[in-house]
Amino acid sequence: MLILELYIFVLAGFVGFMVITRVPPLLHTPLMSATNAISGISLVGSLVAAGSHRSNVATILGFIAVVCATTNIVGGFLITDRMLKMFKRDEPKAKSPSETK
Amino acid sequence: MREHFTQLSYVVAAVLFILGLRSLTRPDKARHGMQLAAWGMLLAVCGTLVNHEIVDYRWIIGGLVLGTLIGYPLGMWVPTTALPQRIAMSLSFGALAAVLVGVSEYHNAFHGGLVAIDSAHMAALGFEVLLGSLTVTGSMIAFGKLQEVLPSRPLTFPGQNVFNGLLFLAAFVLLVLVIIDPSRTAAFYTMIGIATVLGVLMVIPIGGADMPVVVALLNSYCGLAAAATGFALGNSILIICGALDGASGFLLSMLMSKAMNRSFSNVLFGAFGGETTTAAVAGGSALPVRSISAEDAAIQLAYAQRVIIVPGYGMAVAQAQHQVRELAELIEKRGGEVKYAIHPVAGRMPGHMNVLLAEANVPYDRLYDMDEINGEFPQTDVALVIGANDVVNPAAREDKSSPIYGMPILDVDRAKTVIVLKRGMAAGFAGIENMLFHAPATSMLFGDAKTSLSKLVTEVKSA
Repeated sequence: MLILELYIFVLAGFVGFMVITRVPPLLHTPLMSATNAISGISLVGSLVAAGSHRSNVATILGFIAVVCATTNIVGGFLITDRMLKMFKRDEPKAKSPSETK
Repeated sequence: MREHFTQLSYVVAAVLFILGLRSLTRPDKARHGMQLAAWGMLLAVCGTLVNHEIVDYRWIIGGLVLGTLIGYPLGMWVPTTALPQRIAMSLSFGALAAVLVGVSEYHNAFHGGLVAIDSAHMAALGFEVLLGSLTVTGSMIAFGKLQEVLPSRPLTFPGQNVFNGLLFLAAFVLLVLVIIDPSRTAAFYTMIGIATVLGVLMVIPIGGADMPVVVALLNSYCGLAAAATGFALGNSILIICGALDGASGFLLSMLMSKAMNRSFSNVLFGAFGGETTTAAVAGGSALPVRSISAEDAAIQLAYAQRVIIVPGYGMAVAQAQHQVRELAELIEKRGGEVKYAIHPVAGRMPGHMNVLLAEANVPYDRLYDMDEINGEFPQTDVALVIGANDVVNPAAREDKSSPIYGMPILDVDRAKTVIVLKRGMAAGFAGIENMLFHAPATSMLFGDAKTSLSKLVTEVKSA
């Protein structure tokens, strides 16, 4: 099982490396907020800790973890979207005054 | 059946996350791709909620609601100028979630008595809480420095590196002890305590200008902590996302330190810009400086054919990106051509300048990376430097004795004329004298970047 998990880790790391080397510096800030939102997936671990009711300590710690992870997911995806919405190409009509001159 | 649904939702989510990250290679595709990734996240959460281990949903619903209430303003209302500290804060949250899950898992093993912990399992848990707690406090300090609650200059004390090294060794020894015998609870909690202190001590000596590297590195730690959580819980989606996050953070911090021509260890242990360089600043202030009025600068800009704007942290501080775009549009209307040159470490986090300019409606095809634009400076009539310093310091190319020698810079000094917008003659964050400001082709326009740019806009309009 552990070996299988190591395979997953190494392969996912490779995929990440390959994909992320091709992200242009233009989008490095959205990249950071995006990976941040995605790593909010630790929510799935927190949910089990908060809901399985094994001990009060675990439930409370799990609850705080759920809050933190949800904050990151919601805030992270929203801010990434907000940033990406801002990136616009030069529109043809904005270019025309300088071309006609 | 339920278990299959959960696993299937994770597989789909993993694919959507990777596609989302891949979409970030294309600015026009990125938004759609990241929205898909968000759906993937929702799917993974739903897939988890049907887990048979979950018996009580009250705390879960409460947590989800509270998290959404905190997350929404952090996503929608934080100004783009505050992005670096916003990211640092969320790194701290992410790491805290990992630590808490780890601690609750450990606690259950010894109090609930339901799960037995073997050494491999314990190693994963140990790494998770060690890296996690270090990241929690490290990111909080980074946040404090970026928000300027804490002084952004490096804070050092004698023997710091030795002390940190010993602390790290102690934490590592405790980790090994806990792995050998997981029932050593005292060692486990002491390790967390030491890691927390270590996080503070590691980031405290790092100066404001080095923050891009540190934030990226903390991002990588945060990812690794999440991956370790995955190992501890036997959850593959956590391992995958942790690995993606870790790779991204590691790659970015490599790129950033390369752009500053410094090694990791130098950033982390170097405490750049200490006493040695202040002497150089004091000696250099006698050099001639040509100050220019907004009227004269506006005339130069109004009749320039090719203009390159070089934004730096100063533009972000003054929130002057909208004035920059206004000025650029006026120059373009008069027939000039305007491009933007973005240094990889301009600002306080990777790519920060691009977001600020995009917010001000500058089309992204006018934003150029250092390598793309450096060849164009000799044909440029006016290079307009706005609140950038070290990234345009020719000493990095010419002066072998300079602390920043070898760092790749924007060749602004090769432009026909240079106008520098700057508050005063204070040295940059590296504390190094910049000969560009004393060059014959350079004129300095002193004052707040926003005010100066507004004046330039008015003057160019009437020119």
